[in-house]
Amino acid sequence: MASEKKYWKGFDQLGNTPVAQKLAQNEFAEELPVEAILGDGAVLESANTTRRDFLKFVGFSTAAATLAACENPIVESIPYVVKPDAITPGIPNFYATSYVDGQDFASVLIKTREGRPIKVEPGDKGFFNSGTSARAQASVLSLYDSARLAGPQKGEESSNWKTVEAALKAAVEKSKAEGKTFVLLTSSVFSPSTKAVIERLRGAYQNFNHVQWDAASVSQKLDVWEALTGTRALPYYDLKQAKVLVSIGEDFLGAGMAQQMEADYAAGRKPGAGMSRHYQLEANLSLSGSNADLRGKIKASEYGAALAYLYNQVAGASVRVGALSSDAKKILDRAAKDLLANKGASVVFAGGNNGANEHLAAAINAALGNLGTTVQACKSVYIAQGNDRALANLSADLQAGRVGALVVWGANPAYAAPGFADRIKKAAFSLALTDRMDETATLCTYAAPVPHYLESWNDYTPVAGMYAVSQPTIAPLFDSKPAQEVFMNLLGDATSYKDVVRGAIAARGLSVNAILHDGGIQLSDGQSGGAAGAASKALAGASAAAEEAAKAATGEWEVVFYQKAVGAGFQANNPWLHELPDPITRVTWDNYVTIAAADALKLGVENASESNGAINGSYVTLKVNGVTLENVPAWIQPGQAAGTLGLALGYGRTLVGKAGNGVGVNAFSLMKDGASYAVAQVSLGEDEHAFASVQLGNTMMGRKIVNETTLATFMADASGKSWNEKVEFHTLQGSVGANEANLWPDHDHKTLHMWNMSIDLNGCIGCGACVVACHIENNVPVVGKDEVRRFRDMHWLRIDRYYSSDTTHESAEADGQGVMAKYAAMEVPSASPEVVFQPVMCQHCNHAPCETVCPVLATTHSQEGLNHMTYNRCIGTRYCANNCPYKVRRFNWFNYMKNEKFSSVNPSQDDLGRMVLNPDVTVRSRGVMEKCSFCIQRIQYAKLEAKKKGEPMADGAFTTACAQACSTGAIGFGDVNKAGSLVSAAKKDPRAYHLLEEVGTQPSVFYQTKVRNQA
Amino acid sequence: MHYESPVREPLVLGDKTYHDITLDVVRPVESTAPKSWWIAFGIALAMFLWGVGGILWTIANGIGSWGLNKTVGWAWDITNFVWWVGIGHAGTLISAVLLLFRQKWRMSINRSAEAMTIFSVIQAALFPVIHMGRVWVSYFVLPIPNQFGSLWVNFNSPLLWDVFALSTYLSVSTVFWYVGLIPDFAMIRDRAINPIQKHVYRILAFGWGGKAKHWQRFEEVSLVLAGLATPLVLSVHTIVSMDFATSVIPGWHTTIFPPYFVAGAIFSGFAMVQTLLIIVRKLFKMEDYITIQHIEMMNIIIMVTGSIVGVAYITELFIAYYSGVEYEQYAFLNRATGPYWWAYWSMMTCNVFSPQFMWSKKLRTNLVFTFIISIVVNIGMWFERFVIIVTSLHRDYLPSSWAMFSPTSIDIAFYMGTIGFFFVLFLLYARTFPVIAQAELKTILKSSGESQKKHHTEDDHAHH
Repeated sequence: MASEKKYWKGFDQLGNTPVAQKLAQNEFAEELPVEAILGDGAVLESANTTRRDFLKFVGFSTAAATLAACENPIVESIPYVVKPDAITPGIPNFYATSYVDGQDFASVLIKTREGRPIKVEPGDKGFFNSGTSARAQASVLSLYDSARLAGPQKGEESSNWKTVEAALKAAVEKSKAEGKTFVLLTSSVFSPSTKAVIERLRGAYQNFNHVQWDAASVSQKLDVWEALTGTRALPYYDLKQAKVLVSIGEDFLGAGMAQQMEADYAAGRKPGAGMSRHYQLEANLSLSGSNADLRGKIKASEYGAALAYLYNQVAGASVRVGALSSDAKKILDRAAKDLLANKGASVVFAGGNNGANEHLAAAINAALGNLGTTVQACKSVYIAQGNDRALANLSADLQAGRVGALVVWGANPAYAAPGFADRIKKAAFSLALTDRMDETATLCTYAAPVPHYLESWNDYTPVAGMYAVSQPTIAPLFDSKPAQEVFMNLLGDATSYKDVVRGAIAARGLSVNAILHDGGIQLSDGQSGGAAGAASKALAGASAAAEEAAKAATGEWEVVFYQKAVGAGFQANNPWLHELPDPITRVTWDNYVTIAAADALKLGVENASESNGAINGSYVTLKVNGVTLENVPAWIQPGQAAGTLGLALGYGRTLVGKAGNGVGVNAFSLMKDGASYAVAQVSLGEDEHAFASVQLGNTMMGRKIVNETTLATFMADASGKSWNEKVEFHTLQGSVGANEANLWPDHDHKTLHMWNMSIDLNGCIGCGACVVACHIENNVPVVGKDEVRRFRDMHWLRIDRYYSSDTTHESAEADGQGVMAKYAAMEVPSASPEVVFQPVMCQHCNHAPCETVCPVLATTHSQEGLNHMTYNRCIGTRYCANNCPYKVRRFNWFNYMKNEKFSSVNPSQDDLGRMVLNPDVTVRSRGVMEKCSFCIQRIQYAKLEAKKKGEPMADGAFTTACAQACSTGAIGFGDVNKAGSLVSAAKKDPRAYHLLEEVGTQPSVFYQTKVRNQA
Repeated sequence: MHYESPVREPLVLGDKTYHDITLDVVRPVESTAPKSWWIAFGIALAMFLWGVGGILWTIANGIGSWGLNKTVGWAWDITNFVWWVGIGHAGTLISAVLLLFRQKWRMSINRSAEAMTIFSVIQAALFPVIHMGRVWVSYFVLPIPNQFGSLWVNFNSPLLWDVFALSTYLSVSTVFWYVGLIPDFAMIRDRAINPIQKHVYRILAFGWGGKAKHWQRFEEVSLVLAGLATPLVLSVHTIVSMDFATSVIPGWHTTIFPPYFVAGAIFSGFAMVQTLLIIVRKLFKMEDYITIQHIEMMNIIIMVTGSIVGVAYITELFIAYYSGVEYEQYAFLNRATGPYWWAYWSMMTCNVFSPQFMWSKKLRTNLVFTFIISIVVNIGMWFERFVIIVTSLHRDYLPSSWAMFSPTSIDIAFYMGTIGFFFVLFLLYARTFPVIAQAELKTILKSSGESQKKHHTEDDHAHH
């Protein structure tokens, strides 16, 4: 109890002298002469202080007090008392780790600032999968997702780990006693340490069963390769060696692949001798299909027939071939010829989760001698491990009440496995080890949080010969526990999983520090013998596989499932991924069925523009095996095979978080046993769906926007004069190029750095990783579906997609078509279009139309060729955006940081989500213009680093976020004034051209002509 | 006193004395407002408040409350701006240019035309200010010495030229208008009985005493201001047109814009004068001053400027074709046949075809027909600006960025609000200001008054 101390002001007060008493009573030492003044009229009259003076004083003091009160709010920022060694405010730290999120693996670097991860960047050691997809880039935000589970829960009530672990222990013991099973259901596990822990469980409990299941299943493919090689893993595809690629329905560049192939693919797509040729036959217009040199449309049920036909052509066999169109056969004949000419240097893919098709593809590859070269059957990729049959058995066991304890970890069967939701409740005890209260966790007895990958220790063998690690980049934000620790605790082992992982590294004889520095280690090339054995097995089984393939279910309508940036739906609450336009349809925040124009006409499906350009689409109802999915929006898609409908997985989640709930429809509900297509009944629904597409004009309208040529033309004329014509102006001084015909004096761009960007249109596959990377790096706001629908997306970088049209200027002239009819026809994409992708960001024009029109000089030119944007000078007239021929400027229509309309989508409105913001980049206020800055923060940082070192900047010392994220190296950035730099060479390439050169803007971005390998 | 040929139609009809003119002009000021005025004022005020609501909503929430997007960064805002500026052109033309050309018929209409100018320029000025994303820093456009560093305005930007053009135009027109008002205010002051009214008009009249020196200075200032204002008639809309002409957007980047915009501005300005004066004339019983002849003269100007505008449209189309520039050709084809074809053809019909009726004397002296055409012309001129701004922007160089525009309720509120504001001002003006420059008009009564003229003719006959 605190005593009441008294502090004396002096001895007088202590002694309580009369003086002190008097003073205590008279607070004011002197009597105020109030009466004397106010009481005496004469004094008042004679006083100098007039009423006016009095009012002046009152006025002044009020104003002064008001002004004094007008202070800016104080934002407390507390410095470190003791600065940690590794953290210097303003200096980022990078940690090498592994991105693993349900279906993906990537070797990545994590950029942290002041202890918080803010960016996922590609691994720098050239390991397997060291590129970052859009999903990997965006995954940093899922760390700061406020929908994450903060602590263990029992149903809706909060619980604690002690209770959860005790309950698990009790349930496991009880199930053991009752002779029921104890099942662990996970997505693919390819972590050796985790597997060891699971094996210990298996050792301790005879009734233990581990079921691995992937929502976007490749189970049947794994079955095939297990039969061929003895290992349940996909082969490693080495596309660098492939001169001819034939894909029957496989989107090997798409968002659903375990192995990243785009870098190797792009390496083979360099124009010149030895450029690969890519054939694609498919139902949906996929990313791979849109990059193909020759593409044909077939139904998903015809994939088997196509493969069998190709097998016959290639191997000279005569296995059974199902029905196939003559167009498809024509393409296959050509493909077969090319394949035979490139034995051992070609590859054939089979799409979909179909064993027979995969076997046929393996047989073709075997017949071509590709097994062991391009298809490294004995170099296993372990990322996908799921087994559909195991899940089906588990489902049956649950139904029969044979499961005593079910632990679901990192999988969401209630969402992605139709019918599983009811079964979960049949388990006597269920525990979800999850990141959020998702569809599965809410059905389980207990739900407990596991750490995000950025908070975790782990190790992985994603591919044979590689050992990768994962290390935390931030302390766990919530009361989470690694699942492995939960299992070890169950076994009475209280070791932390961190120690287990470090122990495992050390046990391999590796240096923990070195491997944590690099993020992994390449132990061997992963090759092992046995390709010949696999090949002979593949060939032997081809005929049977063809028979099996011919039995493929077929119908008037086939719904073909595919994946977009959201993937199988693990990151469905990530607004960056939803806002990323689909590379093909350019639609955001949605999934839908893609339908061919002719089919749409047949069904009465329409896509129409509203007066503000926003597109509305009809709904269709899909019926598959008695399951009805209503109100599925339909999008008319050029290049869609007739009789097929594409539908993306991963959408339609109901319990994922405020950004992702209710976005799209759940395609998994139509999926049976992981089959990648389903025969469906389709009928037109009522009402209209509001789409949010960022692109309204789909064709180039005969303009030279993407300059394109064929390989033959390219090879015939090295100078490029015939296929990359430069704009010329005929002036008094004779014929001059666009850069010489000037009204303005030129800037000096020789003295200092001159930042240029080269975009190789042959390298760009359109994936969109750069768009997300830019979004993250530059704190670009997310605006949500309604605003995107109003064409107010904020992306600084976009990837324009153009379809070819059947009408060209030449064809119109030949047909004698009138000009109005011509342009109207040009707007319509071809039913089997060629597709081009073109990344467009601020072109940093050296004669920038935006700079001259800004009344307040908010956008100005730098001495290094950059077009600067000064946010705090901008008054928001939007004149610059209007005058930009490239339309890359983005206006802050609202206060995205505060406006309630964006509270569910913009991560920066959330206390936790805000942590992801890049502190080097200003968050823009309402009413200002913004645009690509060429990552000026990175330029400045690199310049300062070079200055500190006292060295000139090295080429490639840094790069922009988009160039960094580009796995195919399509974006090159650097100083064009530096001799020998990558961009200075690229600028001299005969393929280089400026977008809209004739406008005379002299852009700092140039493009490399797209070359198609068409004979 | 000037002699005027008897062949010329009299400018003041009826048997008017100086005192009659005085009475006719002050009647609206001295009488109480009729019910019809209150109804009109009520409607205008309601529209004005609606617009204030729209403006406040915009300032509170952001420009996103309008229908604009990443491709169409200007639409109704700048359309309305140019439209109002255009309307504001007739006043100065009538008062300044016609003064220099000694067109005496202007005297009975210049006051109202100038009032209309000033009120519409006020409306016009609202748009570029409110359309700024950060209206609270709109003072950045003024070249004010500051401590933000060495920040200055960009003299290359046509928007900055606009700032100067508009502010100059507004100030010169206001001064010119006010100078003309002084003798008339003095007249009202001299007649006023109510002390408050008298006091107010005394202040407004600037101590006008009607002395010869006063008149001399009045004439001098009027002439100087007319000289100053005349180039402004041409420069303001020239500069407004440069907002577009100096850009690189097909459909905007057109050297024909300055003359074409000026002609269009005069065209729409006269149409608006017609609309207003036909009403004023009727309501204030000023048929004797604003005569059919005035209406006819203005109709001829409308016909001529409308035809100039028509020629400009056709020239644009021809040049687009002749240029051989892909983007330019498509821009104009798209205007006429693209998604906004209805706007283009509304513009064509209203601006090019409808004024051609004025070739017929019967039609151009018909009040009802004139009134309808005057409104049609202003609709057409609104569409002209909409067509230039929106159809050029919505489909420019890269088809990937093509978009459409549709106004929101806030866009509509703001536009309607300015119409309301304009009429609030005009209605207040009509009841408090002398709507006819009576002092000036009196100078021509002897020469151009109907009865006086008849008298002269009779005198002439008598002499011979």
